[in-house]
Amino acid sequence: MRSNLGFFSDEKFRSIFFQTLVVGLFALGLFFVISTTSYNLEKRNIATGWSFLQNPAGFDISFSPFLEFKSTDTHLKVYFVGVLNTLLVSVTGCIAATILGFILGIIRLSSNWLLSRLVYIYVEFSRNVPLLLQIILWYSILIQLPRVKQSLQILDVFYISNRGLYSPRPIFESGFSYVSIAIVLALISSFLINRWAKKRQDKTGQQFPVFSSSIGLIFIVPLILFFILGSPLSFEHPELKGFNFKGGLVIRPEFIAMFLALSIYTAAFISEIVRAGIMSVSKGQREASAAIGLKQTWIMRLIIIPQALRVIVPPLTSQYLNLTKNSSLGIAVGYADLVHGFGGISLNQTGQAIECMAIVMATYLSISLTISFFMNIYNRSIQFKEK
Amino acid sequence: MNKINEVRKPPVATTGIIGWLRINLFFNWTNSLITLFVIYCLYQFIPWILDWTIFSADFKYNYLGEQITNQEMCSRNLDPENGGACWAVIYVRFYQFIYGFYPKVEVWRVNIAYVMLALALLPLLYARLPYRKYFLYFTYIFPVIAYFLLNGGLGFAEVSTNKWGGLLVTLVLGCTGIALAFPIGIMLALGRRSKLPVISMMCTLFIEFIRGVPLITLLFFGMVMLPLFLPEGIDMDGLVRVLVAVTLFQSAYMAEVIRGGLQAIPPGQYEAAKSLGMSYWRMNLLIILPQAIRISIPPIVNTSIGLFKDTTLVIIVGILDLLGIGRGTLADTNWLGLSYEIYFFVSLVFFIFTFGMSRYSLYLEKKLKTGINMGAD
Repeated sequence: MRSNLGFFSDEKFRSIFFQTLVVGLFALGLFFVISTTSYNLEKRNIATGWSFLQNPAGFDISFSPFLEFKSTDTHLKVYFVGVLNTLLVSVTGCIAATILGFILGIIRLSSNWLLSRLVYIYVEFSRNVPLLLQIILWYSILIQLPRVKQSLQILDVFYISNRGLYSPRPIFESGFSYVSIAIVLALISSFLINRWAKKRQDKTGQQFPVFSSSIGLIFIVPLILFFILGSPLSFEHPELKGFNFKGGLVIRPEFIAMFLALSIYTAAFISEIVRAGIMSVSKGQREASAAIGLKQTWIMRLIIIPQALRVIVPPLTSQYLNLTKNSSLGIAVGYADLVHGFGGISLNQTGQAIECMAIVMATYLSISLTISFFMNIYNRSIQFKEK
Repeated sequence: MNKINEVRKPPVATTGIIGWLRINLFFNWTNSLITLFVIYCLYQFIPWILDWTIFSADFKYNYLGEQITNQEMCSRNLDPENGGACWAVIYVRFYQFIYGFYPKVEVWRVNIAYVMLALALLPLLYARLPYRKYFLYFTYIFPVIAYFLLNGGLGFAEVSTNKWGGLLVTLVLGCTGIALAFPIGIMLALGRRSKLPVISMMCTLFIEFIRGVPLITLLFFGMVMLPLFLPEGIDMDGLVRVLVAVTLFQSAYMAEVIRGGLQAIPPGQYEAAKSLGMSYWRMNLLIILPQAIRISIPPIVNTSIGLFKDTTLVIIVGILDLLGIGRGTLADTNWLGLSYEIYFFVSLVFFIFTFGMSRYSLYLEKKLKTGINMGAD
C-alpha cells in the first residue's frame, strides 16, 4: 500500500508538505474567525479597543481590602482589585492548605488506627465532592450565622455574624515604620546567620544556635524598639452602630467561604501527596537514623522530610496551580475576584467580551507561569546534588 | 533463690483483638489519650448526626403524619425542639433532580438511555465480560442512539436541551466530555511528541494554554465569544457551547496523561515497528498506542473524576445540572432554608459516582501491578 509517488515518499518533502498544510489550514481558519467576528461585532455595534478600560465602572465592589474602590473608578481599577482579590485568596489558601495538608498527611501515617481512619474519611469526602458545591455549602453555613445584633463574640474583640468576621484594625502611627524596617533587617540577618552557621558546621562541625538567635532577632529586637518608640500602634475596635458595625477590619463571608473551601479541598489532595512522599522514603532510612540514636522528631525533620520533599514538590506545584485556578469559582458566591469583577460585571456592562476574556485569560496564564517558574527553582534546589 | 526458677511474665500479646487494640490504639500513653479523646468526640457526634439524618428526619410525612408539600410542614419547622432533616424536599423534587424539566410523557426515553449507558460502560469497565466484542460494538453506536433518544428525531418528539436538567445534564456533560476528549487527547499527545516542529509547537501551545486558564473562563469563552466567532444563522445550543468548552478543557488534560503513557514506552518498540516497515500511523495504532493507553488508564480515570466534578461549573453559565436544580429548589419559597438537606443529597450523588470511579482506578492499578493482561485497548 505504499504510494510510489516518488517525491512524496521522501520524508523531508512530506514533513514540509504536512506542516505547510497545517499552517495553511490554521491561517485559513483564523482568517475565517476574524472576518466573521468583525462582521458580527459591527452588526452589534460593539467597537473593539481598549478605551473602555478608562470608563467609570459604575458599580461597587464590597470586598477590596487593598485598594479603596468607589463606583466612579475605572474598569482598569476593577481589574486591579480583581487581581489582588484573586491573589489574596490564592496565597492565603495555598499557605493554609499546605499546613493542613502536611499535618493531615502525617496523621494519616500515624500508628493510631482511629486517627488515621478519621483523616482517611475526611480525605475521601473532601476529594470526591465537587469544589463548587463545597464553596456554596460553606457560604450557606456562613450566611446562616446569627445577625449582626446577636453576633457571636470571641474574647470581646472579634465579632462573627452573617456579615462576616469583624476584628480590630491596627492603626500604624508615625514611628511604626522603624519597627517594620527592623523586622526586615532581622529577617535578612537571620537568613545570613543561617548560611554562615551551615558553612561553619560543614567546615568545623561546630553548631550554632540558629533557631533561638533568629527568634531573638526577629521578635525581641523589634519588640524592644517598639516599646522604646512608645508603642506606635493602636487598634480601632469595631462598634455596633444601628444595624451594622462601624470601623474595625471586616472579613466578608464570601472571602471566608472561599478560603475555607479552597484550603480544605486542596489540603485533602496535599495530604495524599505528603503521605505518598513520606512512604516513598525507604524504611532503612528510618531504621538507620534510629540506630545512630536520633530522636523521633529529628528523624522526621532531618532524614525523612528532606528526602520526601523531592517526591512531594512537583505534584504540590500542580496543586498550587489548581488552587489558583479554582479561586475563579468565587463568582458563585459573589467574591469579587478577577473572573467575577472584571470578567463578569465589567464584561456585562461594557459588552467588550473579547477584550475582557483575553485580559482575564492572559492574567491567569501569567500567574500560572509565575508559580511554575518559582516552584521549579525551589524543586531544583531540593533535588539530589550530584558532586 | 536460683535464677533458673525465676518466673518471667509472658510477653504482651500482639495478636488477637486485644493485641490489635494494644498496637493500633493504645501503643503508649499519648496514643491512648488521643484515642480516648477521639472516641469521646465520635460519641458526641455520631448519635447527633444519625439522629438528624435518620431517626428524627422526615422522609415523606412529618411527625403529625401529614404528607409534606412545603418547608413549613417539615417537623423541624413545626417544632424546632425535635425533628431533624426534612428529606421530603428530595422526595417531592426527585423527578427534577434526575431528569430536569424533561416532559413526563417522554421520560421513558431518558430511562432507556440510562440503562443503555450502563450497558455501554460494562465492556469498558470489565475486561473479561463474555461476548465483550459485541458489547463493544454497542458502545460505539451508543452515542448516536442516545442523541436521537434524548434530543428527538427519527420519529421521536423533539425535546429541546433547555428542558434537560439534573443528573441527566451532569451525565451527558461528563460522558460526552470524556468520550470526545479521549480521541482529541490522543491526537494532541501524538502531535506534541511529533518530530514536525510546527505541529509539535502548536499542540504544546494549545495544551499549555488550556491548562493555564481556569475552566470557568473557557465556559465564558464558549458562552460569550463562540457566538461571535460563528457566521450568522448558525445558532449553537447552550448545552453544545458548554460541551465544546468542557471537551477542549478535558482534551488538554487527557493529552498530558496519554503523553505520560507514551513516554513510558521503551524506544525499542518504535524501532522494532519501524524495522518491520510500518508507517507512522500503523506503528502508533497497532504497537505504541495500545501499550501507552493501557498503562495510562488509571490516570485517565483520575482526570475523568476531575472532569465529572467540574461539570458543576456549568451552573455559573446558567445550565441546570444536579447542583443547579438543587440551587433552583432552594430559591423556591416552598423549600426555602433546606440548604443542608439539598446540598447533602447532591454531595452524596456526586460522592457515589466519583468514589466508585476512584475505587475502580485503584483496582486497575493493582491489576496492572500484578501484570495481568487487561485486554483493554
